[in-house]
Amino acid sequence: MIRAILLLLALGLARPALADEQVVAGLSENQIAITANFNGSDILVFGAVKRDAPIPVDKPLQVIITLEGPPNPVDISRKGHVYGIWINTQKVRIAAAPAFYAIATSGPLGEVLSQTDDLRYKITIPQAIQDAGIADQATDAQTFVDALIRIRKEEGLYVLDQGTVSLDQSTLFRTDIKLPANLTDGLYTARIFLTRGGKVVATHESDVLVQKAGLERWLYRLAQDNPPAYGLLSLLIAIAAGWIASAAFRLVKR
Amino acid sequence: MQIYLPIAEVSVNIFLLLSIGGGVGLLSGIFGVGGGFLITPLLLFIGIPPGVAVATGANQVVAASVSGLMVHIRRRTVDFKMGTVMLVGGFIGSNIGIYVFELMKRAGQTELFVQFSYVFFMGAIGTLMFQESFRAIRRGRSGAAAPKATTQRNRHSWVQRWPMKMKFRTSGLYISVFPPLLIGLVVGFLSATMGVGGGFIIVPAMIYLLGMNTRVVVGTSLFQIIFVTAYSVMAHAIANQSVDMALAVLLIVGGVVGAQIGTIIGFRLKAEQLRILLAILVLAVSVKIGLDLVLTPGDLFSIRSVNHP
Repeated sequence: MIRAILLLLALGLARPALADEQVVAGLSENQIAITANFNGSDILVFGAVKRDAPIPVDKPLQVIITLEGPPNPVDISRKGHVYGIWINTQKVRIAAAPAFYAIATSGPLGEVLSQTDDLRYKITIPQAIQDAGIADQATDAQTFVDALIRIRKEEGLYVLDQGTVSLDQSTLFRTDIKLPANLTDGLYTARIFLTRGGKVVATHESDVLVQKAGLERWLYRLAQDNPPAYGLLSLLIAIAAGWIASAAFRLVKR
Repeated sequence: MQIYLPIAEVSVNIFLLLSIGGGVGLLSGIFGVGGGFLITPLLLFIGIPPGVAVATGANQVVAASVSGLMVHIRRRTVDFKMGTVMLVGGFIGSNIGIYVFELMKRAGQTELFVQFSYVFFMGAIGTLMFQESFRAIRRGRSGAAAPKATTQRNRHSWVQRWPMKMKFRTSGLYISVFPPLLIGLVVGFLSATMGVGGGFIIVPAMIYLLGMNTRVVVGTSLFQIIFVTAYSVMAHAIANQSVDMALAVLLIVGGVVGAQIGTIIGFRLKAEQLRILLAILVLAVSVKIGLDLVLTPGDLFSIRSVNHP
């Protein structure tokens, strides 16, 4: 802990522009194991604002917390009506969209974050999607990005929770971020932004490693590392199960 | 009770998977079809990614078919010779199919191609089977069963003239090897391009084109399906890493039990009744897929992670 604070101090000194207020933060978990009975998880993000001077009173302090999953390229298809049937007529490929993205704030997003700082720090969900170059792929490419955000929101993979970060005495803050059951593994990044009047005054970043564990991990690794063996094992299980069931039913009938 | 599937990367209810496996296994046992044409749409419906659904569905079909085949072997209702001849054709056909599938993929319309194949082949076969078995049932009721056998033989007399005749004692046939070889080839081709075992095609083909003894049709079809689907499981595991073993095991546990019960039910039903029920099932799936093509979809957009299987 002391080392972490020293590190934060060092970082603070290296960036004097943000030095007035600094974030000291922690996560309830730095690792999440996806086991066979994994059914979603909660991460508690908490921390405090460290400052040398008295609390500034002109603009109230606000906190934004984001948790971002590993980025992946995504294809978005749109169906069209051609000769009476519905088929995929248009496709747009997004270079990288996070597999999961949650954003929690201490107040209405429009008040706690200015547009310029959103662009600069890439905080809101549309900013987290790297959609450079999609304009060449379709004339109304933005509707494809909107559809991606809408579908992932429905699946609980993109979450915007306004006002769910509780902030105490402009110093202590905390929030719970729900991770859904259909989670992809990889390195997740939690970011904390302190803002005043919509401008970011301090940031903090830490990682959460989400990985499969136990049998899940073993099966996944085998499928990736030795596909022929994995395929044969799958077939062997199928044949053995079919044979055993048939033999068992024969015994029962006697 | 939920389980997280390692390859599909979704969390699904265990009992839901057991009952899907059981239901499809039951039908597989009754009709001698692998059930691939049912399990893949069902898995898609509960949110399994398409690649995983096709590959893992095939693995479940292997288990259900082995389980059903054991019963038929004991009752001596499998024509291994016929099955092997069809397999040779099936192997050639599925390799051609894999190649054509690649061409369609490059053209960018695989999904449409697969859906059209389903609607066309299942619609045509379902209609033919339904008509025939309906007539057979009516004839059976009016008591005039005798002319059936003669018309069947007469209709397929052209097959008798093909060269390289072979005796298939279990099927009660003495015919050229080419018709079964060709049927196997067509089935292998369709199973590779449509991602199904091909039972719904091979069963009517054996009955109507070859005029095989209906009692051995189901067992022989299961024998052939095991090898065709096992080949596709290996192909999917190696090319896409898309077989989910945890999902497969749960489907299999339900499936093998269902298949055992189904096989017993199958022996109690009359051949015409079996055929008309299978015809209705095949027609229902083709109508469902056909409607999906025609009706306005609920969401015009769909997303797919490129790295995901």
